Amino acid sequence: MRSTLRGWGGVTAMAVVCALVAFIALCLPRTAVTTDGRAATRTAHTTPTAQTKADEDCDDPEKQTLAPSSADGDTIQAIKNREGEKRKLIVGVDQNSYRWGYRNPNSGRTAELEGFDIDLVHRIAEDILGDPNAVQFKAIPTDQRIPAIKDGRVDMVVRTMTINCARIKDVAFSAPYFKTGQQVLAPKSSPVKGYDDTLANRRICTAAGSTAYSTLEADQKKGELPSTTDISTTVPNQLDCLVRLQLGEVDAVVTDGALAASQAAQDPTVQLKGEAFTAEYYGVAMKKDADDLVRRVNQILVDYRGDTANGWQASYDKWLSATLGKDAKKSEPPAPEYLRRT
Amino acid sequence: MTYPPKSSAPPPGPNLPTLPAVPAQPAPPAPAPTGTGTGTGSSPTPPPTPRRRTAFAEGFDQLRAAATTEPGRLRIIGALLALLVIAFGSVTAWQMTARATAADDVLTSSQPLSSDAADIYRSLADANTAASSGFLAGGQETAATRDRYEKDIRTAAEKLVNAAANADPDSPSTATIAKLNRLLPEYKGLVERARTYNRQGFPVGGAYLRYANEKMQQQMLPAAEDLYKKENQRLRADYADATPYPWAAIALGVAALAALAWAQHRTYQRTNRVLNHGLVAATATATVVLLWLVVGHSVARAGLNDSYDHGVRSLNVLHDARIASLKARGNENLTLVARGAETKKVGDETYDAYDYDFGTDIKALGRHLAAAGKLADDTSGEQPVTAAVGNMKEWQKRHTAAREQDENGNYQQALDRVIGPRGATGECFDSVDKNLHTALVHEETEFKRAAGDGRDALTGLAAGAAVLAVLGAAGAVLGIGRRLSEYR
Repeated sequence: MRSTLRGWGGVTAMAVVCALVAFIALCLPRTAVTTDGRAATRTAHTTPTAQTKADEDCDDPEKQTLAPSSADGDTIQAIKNREGEKRKLIVGVDQNSYRWGYRNPNSGRTAELEGFDIDLVHRIAEDILGDPNAVQFKAIPTDQRIPAIKDGRVDMVVRTMTINCARIKDVAFSAPYFKTGQQVLAPKSSPVKGYDDTLANRRICTAAGSTAYSTLEADQKKGELPSTTDISTTVPNQLDCLVRLQLGEVDAVVTDGALAASQAAQDPTVQLKGEAFTAEYYGVAMKKDADDLVRRVNQILVDYRGDTANGWQASYDKWLSATLGKDAKKSEPPAPEYLRRT
Repeated sequence: MTYPPKSSAPPPGPNLPTLPAVPAQPAPPAPAPTGTGTGTGSSPTPPPTPRRRTAFAEGFDQLRAAATTEPGRLRIIGALLALLVIAFGSVTAWQMTARATAADDVLTSSQPLSSDAADIYRSLADANTAASSGFLAGGQETAATRDRYEKDIRTAAEKLVNAAANADPDSPSTATIAKLNRLLPEYKGLVERARTYNRQGFPVGGAYLRYANEKMQQQMLPAAEDLYKKENQRLRADYADATPYPWAAIALGVAALAALAWAQHRTYQRTNRVLNHGLVAATATATVVLLWLVVGHSVARAGLNDSYDHGVRSLNVLHDARIASLKARGNENLTLVARGAETKKVGDETYDAYDYDFGTDIKALGRHLAAAGKLADDTSGEQPVTAAVGNMKEWQKRHTAAREQDENGNYQQALDRVIGPRGATGECFDSVDKNLHTALVHEETEFKRAAGDGRDALTGLAAGAAVLAVLGAAGAVLGIGRRLSEYR
């Protein structure tokens, strides 16, 4: 009798061990995944902090550029040496920013991009290659702008790109060609009044890898933005934020005032709330060592600003005056300074 | 044997007949109760515990007693024969009902549902492709792409209702169908918003379309694929239920026939009479049932196997090919829509993510088409597949040309070569799709014919077996009864 009991004891023990092993085997990968996920988000969140630190390290990033020159160097020569159909300037742009870089579906059956940024691209192409249309446009998401330049997939990026200290470590910027600042966009009926305590308990949408996100992240650390504000919604393009806002998935959008105005222009029920809470400058981004191209673009920008008939002001009037106001004063970049020596 | 308590005093021994209470003395040998050979408690020492006999043991003893006389033996033989024949008939009826039901399910339920699931996937993917080529890749959508999109959505909605009606409640399929039913209006809503904004010339329309595309790619298509897989599993399970040999019925049939043969042989030996009408009738019916069972099932099995080999397998491969061509077309469009936004690193090379996926899909299409060509067993099945292969080759050629234009920065030319009205890859995709549709219709007919033949071979088998078994059993009983009457 006892021996049979002992036999059963062994079986039970084995069954228990099996069950334990199965349980552990089933649970372990799951825990591993969650820890991985957490680790991934954590790194994603620390990067912008590093950027903010870099911001504090440097003064006036918009002045860290090379003096203008029309001389051809290696980079320009390489572009000019492209053969036949390939003799084009490859430029990273946006195709979703209303009046900056977008495709107008009603412009007939052409798929041409148009907007303020696109005008500038054509100007640069005309100057370098003698043909304003010698451009190959590549649409790139916000967080791919720097990798696209570093990998050499594009010659330059003209895509409402803010000049900041973190970015000048990776790429070279031209002198600023536009002035803007971060602004809050929310429905007209929303209690959100601006970049202040009315954002408490609200969900904010930003583009992944944008200055808007890194600013929010830094301000929340410093306590300037309520800690209850949820800034976890990030999307590939600032325009995707308008979709989330309309679908009620977020309560407000933070992006450059220039782009926020473009969003408001597409939906009359939303508006800009409060004033811009940062000052930022858009620049043309190029490869870090493409000195001749940077100088050339700076020269083109000087000419573009000076050209009253067909330059900066004309492009502003055509694309932006409707959304940003007839007076371009607020958007005009400061007189360029060229403090970078090497 | 029970011991009703007759007095408060316990009986002195278990097997002692009830006697007036007298002092214990050696019990006289008790007379055996009629008809049973039960041991009498004649032993001087009564057994320590009262032993109760089971009904079975008693029945067995009765049988043994009956077996000592010829009429008794005949009764037993008659009962056993009737029992065997009835058992044969009912097991046949039971096993064949299960198989006939499964065969009917294959033809009328699980295969159509598996086709429906493939259609749901196809319609959803095609709707998404139509929406994106409609206006993401350039300008306002044309009437043709709009109609195509609307038709696809309608098809998907109809097939989903059909699938829901045929799925068991609480099954995983039902959950998947419910999910798709929930997502479809959400998707449609996003596309409608995209259309409205697009008409107004606002790029936020494109953003809505991207969002809709994301919903389709990340939630709806995986769910549809899952449904397709589940319905295919169900189809295979039905095949597995319909085709195995009914061994139990066959074994019982053989046993019944052997017993009948033995009984007739025995009758012959005892009476020198060659034919006993009842037993002959029983043998005849049992033989008919067994033959019907074996032949009917073999024919059904052959038909079903044929429908699987030449129908289902071809259909699966063709469905896979169609899905691969849809995916390829979708990625071809997205390459132009994304305009270089997404890249993928394979080894040291960087590729456009969508163009890379297009390459994978086209390769898969080629593989599936080759398999479909091998499985096609007649010219009318082969012809559309061969044509589709030709379309695919032309598609690849045109695609390369379109990519070259895009790589050179001639976006508009690239666009014209992909969604343009003439000479575009869209034509090739449409031809591939049309040819695959023709092939699918053909294979579907083949499947229906073979599976229908298979199922029809089982018609009436269960009911016939039951009726014949009852007749056979009656024959056996009557035949034995006739012999039995000779003893009266």
